[in-house]
Amino acid sequence: MTSQTQPAIRFENVSKYFGNVRAVEQANLEIRDGEFFSLLGPSGSGKTTCLRMIAGFETPSSGHIYLYGQDVSNLPPYERDVNTVFQDYALFPHMSVGDNIAYGLMVKGVPKPERIKRVDEMLELVQLAGYADRKPSQLSGGQRQRVALARALINHPKVLLLDEPLGALDLKLRQQMQVELKAIQKRVGITFIFVTHDQEEALTMSDRIAVFNEGKIVQVGTPAEIYEHPATAFVAGFVGTSNLVDGEIAKRITGRETRFSIRPEKIHMGPADTKIEADSYSADGVVRDVVYLGLYTRYLVELSGGGDLVVVEQNLKTTSMDVLKVKGQPVRLHWKKEHIREVGGS
Amino acid sequence: MPSNVSYGQKASWGLTLAAWGGLLFLHVPILIIFLYTLTPDETTYTFPLPGITFKWFGVALQRADLWRALTLSLQVAAVATIVALVLGTLAAAAVYRSQFFGREAVSFLLVLPIALPGIVTGIALRTTIGSLEIPFSYWTIVVGHATFCVVVVYNNVLARFRRMQGSQIEASMDLGANSFQTFRYVIFPNIATALLAGGMLAFALSFDEVIVTTFTAGQQTTLPIWIFSQLTRPRDRPVTNVVAMFVMLITFLPIFFAQKITAQSADTEGGSK
Repeated sequence: MTSQTQPAIRFENVSKYFGNVRAVEQANLEIRDGEFFSLLGPSGSGKTTCLRMIAGFETPSSGHIYLYGQDVSNLPPYERDVNTVFQDYALFPHMSVGDNIAYGLMVKGVPKPERIKRVDEMLELVQLAGYADRKPSQLSGGQRQRVALARALINHPKVLLLDEPLGALDLKLRQQMQVELKAIQKRVGITFIFVTHDQEEALTMSDRIAVFNEGKIVQVGTPAEIYEHPATAFVAGFVGTSNLVDGEIAKRITGRETRFSIRPEKIHMGPADTKIEADSYSADGVVRDVVYLGLYTRYLVELSGGGDLVVVEQNLKTTSMDVLKVKGQPVRLHWKKEHIREVGGS
Repeated sequence: MPSNVSYGQKASWGLTLAAWGGLLFLHVPILIIFLYTLTPDETTYTFPLPGITFKWFGVALQRADLWRALTLSLQVAAVATIVALVLGTLAAAAVYRSQFFGREAVSFLLVLPIALPGIVTGIALRTTIGSLEIPFSYWTIVVGHATFCVVVVYNNVLARFRRMQGSQIEASMDLGANSFQTFRYVIFPNIATALLAGGMLAFALSFDEVIVTTFTAGQQTTLPIWIFSQLTRPRDRPVTNVVAMFVMLITFLPIFFAQKITAQSADTEGGSK
């Protein structure tokens, strides 16, 4: 089948304006068949608009969207082989769980016995067997989420869209659903496109991530690529935390004024007389602030020539008593030269 | 609800008295009408009743003019309600779903007929219909009634739309339903009770309307107008009382149920949150 070689979704110079407001500008993107792909960015960055254009709730102002090679830019939602899990689940309150899940089959005229069989399969898949006769109002948030997922998957769409589906759940449930979603995606083998503003969630679940900022796609890559090689200062700051160093301070450390980013966990902190290897950069300073966070401790070090760096160290051998003593002490920071990323503008 | 008493202080006896006085003032005259359906004395309101008789119910049943008026009123109310259901729902959907120039103005103009004194609506309609040289008929009454019936349906349905989760419509389309299917399976069940409540209210409004009807009717006599004309015939008084009692029941019941329905659906929607 040609669909195996075609990208699941391809954006070709897609822009979207709401009046004079630019929501998405000149987006180019390829999402591969069978991928778990995340659209990551702060709110208002254009990620949800992109998802809604794939679903067909919005049409691009210019450019084209291809679904397995077919131009779907102007097709209505009900003529696209794409289904959506909504942020607020959007379950039909007047229908039972079973009727909600069977809805897609019902409007297509699939006969009832077949519908019942497939609803049971879906309930099995999302671990809600026996819930078919309940009303959505009788379910917990996590269960409604599963019903929404089952309802969207029953049509066997080519692509499943998920619009921040875990946003309303508490932390424990969210982590459990992350694992489960990933497992379900593997089982059904459908391309999942997942919108989130939570960088940790995107890193945990995705095969690849597109990072959005102000209507533009700023970087596309695997979680490791995005984290280790942020393309811009924005990505470095949005995905995980980073120290950004530029100007005079950068020159004192690396000899060049080029702006670079360094992850707090890559920096080692030692006594002021620590010997520095040739493959490392170093900076001296004084510990100004210590935040004990259980698993690790975050230090704010004020550099002797101005500026400051955040350093994170795991509490492998230290206790809260030990780390708090460091406050006010002179230290020498050092890190491998290969761990800095020179980054462009914003 | 006796439990309410424990919520706060007991009301002062003065306030209690005033409340009861107000209620009695509103409802005793209605009871008097009920009472005098049973009087054997046909011209005067003597108290206590000289006796009790049910013959006026029989007399009322025999009156052909009464039956014609009743049939006309029911027909007008039914047709005006149907027109209101269709137009009111469409208007509510338009105002809720789309942004268009003059949306607020349309919303205001739709609600205006119910705020406007009936006499103004009546004169306006009479002048318009007259100058267009349309003969006054059954249909002009229906049009007159529809102007204010549309409002109650529109208000009820719009309120329901605003409470409905908008993403349901998107979800339905997303799952492959076209516009018709989305209306049939998702929108209609969501607004069904609002339609029922709005429809009953519209029916009750139309059924006992006098002013607009006087201006838009030709030779036709609706039931309220028939009752009004009876005032000049003191000998028919007990018959009029019988009819008045039935009018009250016919209009009271729909309003009562309309309130029940909206209260119930408000409860369940609140409970699911």
